[in-house]
Amino acid sequence: MKNTVLTSLTESAVGPDLEKAPTGIHGLDQITGGGLPRGRVTLVAGSAGAGKTLLGLEFLVAGARQYGEPGVLVSFEESEDKVTLNVRSLGFDLDQLRRDGLLVMLSFRLDPSDFVATGEFDLQPLFAILDDAIERVGAKRVVLDTIEVLFGAFGDDSIVRSELSRLARWLDDRGVTAIVTGERGDRNLTRNGIEEYVTDCVIVLDHRVTEEISTRRLRVVKYRGSAHGTNEYPFLISARGFVVLPITSIALNYAASEERISTGIARLDHMLSGGLFRGSTLLVSGTAGTGKTSLGAHILNAACARGERGLLVLFEESPAQFLRNMRSLGLDLQQWIDAGLLRIWAARPSELGLETHLAVLARLIEDETPSVAVLDGIAAIGQGILAAEATSMVARKIDLLKSREITTLVTALGQGEGTSTETLSSLADTWLLLRNVETDGERNRLLFVLKSRGTAHSNQVREFVLTSHGVELVDVYVGAAGVLAGSARLAQQATERDAEVRQASDLDRRLRELRRNVVEREAHLVVVQDELDAERAEIDRIDLREGHQAADTEADRSAMATRRWADAAPSNGGQR
Amino acid sequence: MSELHTADDETSADSGDQWNLCLYVTDRSPKCLRAIDNLRRACEEHLAGHYHIEVVDLLENPRLAAEDQILAVPTVVRKFPSPIRKLVGDLSDNDRLLVGLQLRPPGSTAT
Repeated sequence: MKNTVLTSLTESAVGPDLEKAPTGIHGLDQITGGGLPRGRVTLVAGSAGAGKTLLGLEFLVAGARQYGEPGVLVSFEESEDKVTLNVRSLGFDLDQLRRDGLLVMLSFRLDPSDFVATGEFDLQPLFAILDDAIERVGAKRVVLDTIEVLFGAFGDDSIVRSELSRLARWLDDRGVTAIVTGERGDRNLTRNGIEEYVTDCVIVLDHRVTEEISTRRLRVVKYRGSAHGTNEYPFLISARGFVVLPITSIALNYAASEERISTGIARLDHMLSGGLFRGSTLLVSGTAGTGKTSLGAHILNAACARGERGLLVLFEESPAQFLRNMRSLGLDLQQWIDAGLLRIWAARPSELGLETHLAVLARLIEDETPSVAVLDGIAAIGQGILAAEATSMVARKIDLLKSREITTLVTALGQGEGTSTETLSSLADTWLLLRNVETDGERNRLLFVLKSRGTAHSNQVREFVLTSHGVELVDVYVGAAGVLAGSARLAQQATERDAEVRQASDLDRRLRELRRNVVEREAHLVVVQDELDAERAEIDRIDLREGHQAADTEADRSAMATRRWADAAPSNGGQR
Repeated sequence: MSELHTADDETSADSGDQWNLCLYVTDRSPKCLRAIDNLRRACEEHLAGHYHIEVVDLLENPRLAAEDQILAVPTVVRKFPSPIRKLVGDLSDNDRLLVGLQLRPPGSTAT
């Protein structure tokens, strides 16, 4: 044992290249940067029912099945059969693992009243049987669940204490990656302070009930020689086992598709430069009755029409109610359900508990493999629950969907930009706001694109009209009187149309008038010309006659003179 | 018990009121040797001719530890007479040994 002590002292400073043994629990491996410290002992502390045993079992099953590391389970609480039965529903076939030589299970039932202490003793049989079991399957992983039961079992705890300390060193020495579980204590991490011997890695599991909603949390309290996430991470025990969903690690490494998919509303696609990016998240916020759900129905309808699978999670409505309402918009979603393309699941999160709700969603995603998902009415998630927890749960749901590259539409009740939806907005790639505008005794819906990442998008407001053949986006009237929608828009449009018509007919009339005038004047011109011609002709005629007269008069006079034989005398009379 | 057990037959009297004790040890550690001595002495004193001690070395067959649910050594299990009694330790505390095993031969009082 001297060697062991020396080794653990000299190795106390572990380098950054610390080897890790993955637990197979995706989220936990992310938090710990790869798993538990290889060849060392990890303490998992938690109250009864916190999930300690399950964590240990998943570690063993993953080791045996995925990483080629057989394991040994020593249970101090439950019989082998009971443990096997408990995890069978999670798909862990421990019997098969044992038959395959990948797992040894041992169980000890220790009843404190069984033993009478009569002097010195040690726990050498535990060492011997562990050694035997490790040799038998070539085990690399060991789980001791819950080792604290040994305290009080033999009457002398000081011996148990020193023996467990020796066991921890022995396990280190043996080179196996081990998990020991301990009951949560009041003052210490564990009831009997076994964290004193297990100094490399400590994980605490917690099961809290806040306002009748249970939430499980996991925290890595200590991880010697390794960076690790220090937050409390909510986790859940789903039908597929232990699921830890750390927000920070999932959110930022998903693929980004360039493909655009239709929202099912042509004009909205146009506003978003051709639709939503596949795998992006669309947040639709707005007050009650602004048509958020209808928008979701359109996206699902469009997806199913393309032959893709859709998933709808209703937080506030029943599926029947939803289907009926959408039928009134001319959307027949029942056909997609019948075709097996659409799955609707309705449940209030407050009924199931946040983590269960998340778990069911996770299972649905796995079962249905949808390409488009709609979470309708997530405001309901906050009912009776602390807002922060609800928000973080929604965030994890979005993360979950995003990590699977599922195009997601989330509808949230919210007045506008300055509400609780703000915390979610950072998770959304596109944020549409639907707002009711009350004017002239009516409410009209307006749609704004508040943001759309990676997309040139329209900055204009559109009126959102629910018709019997679906949602339509209509340009609003923007003029001196501000933004007009609904009847005001219609009235304005009518006025403008009237004016146009009136103006057109005015012009027409004027033209006709002018044409008529021209015709009249031209006619008049002809008459005047005629008169002029006539007068000119008259003048000519008169001139001619005068000339003849003068000549006649001269002739008469000379004829008279000739007759009178008179001299030529000036004549002042005469006719003209 | 299986043939792997090391059995030290102290007496060969017929069963009936024969005590059947099983002592689990690991190798020949000082604690275990002390326990064997202490147990034999007590039995000789109180059960002369009416007892049978089986000494089981768990290092020879560790899997027996799981079968018999023994984690600490030395452990004495009184298999007969019933009820089963289990004593842990080197049995150096004689009073607790006698009380624990209920070692009271007929017609005599405790030491």
